[in-house]
Amino acid sequence: MSPSAFDVPMESYIALSAVIFFLGVIGVIVRRNPLIMLMSIELMFNAANLALITFAKAWVNATGHIFAFLVITVAASEAAIGLAIVVIVFRRSKNVDVDEIATLHG
Amino acid sequence: MIAFWLLALALIATGVFTITARKPVYSVVGLLGNFVALAIMYLTLQAEFLAVIQIVVYSGAILILFLFVIALLSSGVKPFDVGPDRLPKILVPAAIIGAIALVTIVYSVVRAPSVAQPSIAAGSVGALGETGQADVFGSVANFGIALFTANLLPFEVTALLLMVAVIGVVLLAGDDEPARRRPKGRASDREPIVKPQEPLVR
Repeated sequence: MSPSAFDVPMESYIALSAVIFFLGVIGVIVRRNPLIMLMSIELMFNAANLALITFAKAWVNATGHIFAFLVITVAASEAAIGLAIVVIVFRRSKNVDVDEIATLHG
Repeated sequence: MIAFWLLALALIATGVFTITARKPVYSVVGLLGNFVALAIMYLTLQAEFLAVIQIVVYSGAILILFLFVIALLSSGVKPFDVGPDRLPKILVPAAIIGAIALVTIVYSVVRAPSVAQPSIAAGSVGALGETGQADVFGSVANFGIALFTANLLPFEVTALLLMVAVIGVVLLAGDDEPARRRPKGRASDREPIVKPQEPLVR
């Protein structure tokens, strides 16, 4: 497929996806609030979806769309499980800093 | 062209706001802007169904889940302790937004073109075309054909995954001691769910 199907070069979309992904990585590494960390993970899921959908258009192939759909499902499951874990951790320790939750640290 | 750069700017700005916001609630708002801009970008990439799913699932379900958890964890106060009636403050903005949504929905229903039935064979995804056209790559009908023919098994495995997630959430966050947590009496007599020493939102 010729790149002329894109209004801007395809690389721009991929670069934007990389930028959003690393914003999410920075969020997970720097922030210590578990809720903001989970939201940063959502940012990374979305960056991956953007890359998948860009490549789907480049190849005119719906498999990328299907895969992005499955990623959204996984992201929903991850958010539900992660938030459940956050809820029980707060119920037991009342902590807001994930560094202080070190019961399993060994 | 301009749309891409505006959307890219919005995506990066809201992403930075999400990871730098002081309170989780602000992060949710930043993430909401991020998801909406991303849905518009999906439309420019001919992923119509995924644009809708982005709004419905991410903004509608996942972010609301985050908001519920923030509300439950950080309060420890009953909603009625906050004030007798907090509705008037948000009544006017809520009414304006609701009116805009109603006008938009009515307008789009009235102006909706009749959609042609897809005539493509199973497995084919059609040619590239404008967003909103029928029977081209990325239209909802073609996405459905690809999902329910060639990719049916992954779609069904998705159902299993979601069921496992639901069971996991119930096991993790469900009441482990129902007898202690559900004292008999009126709802207002009960203990709040959590009483954090230090508020979650700081």
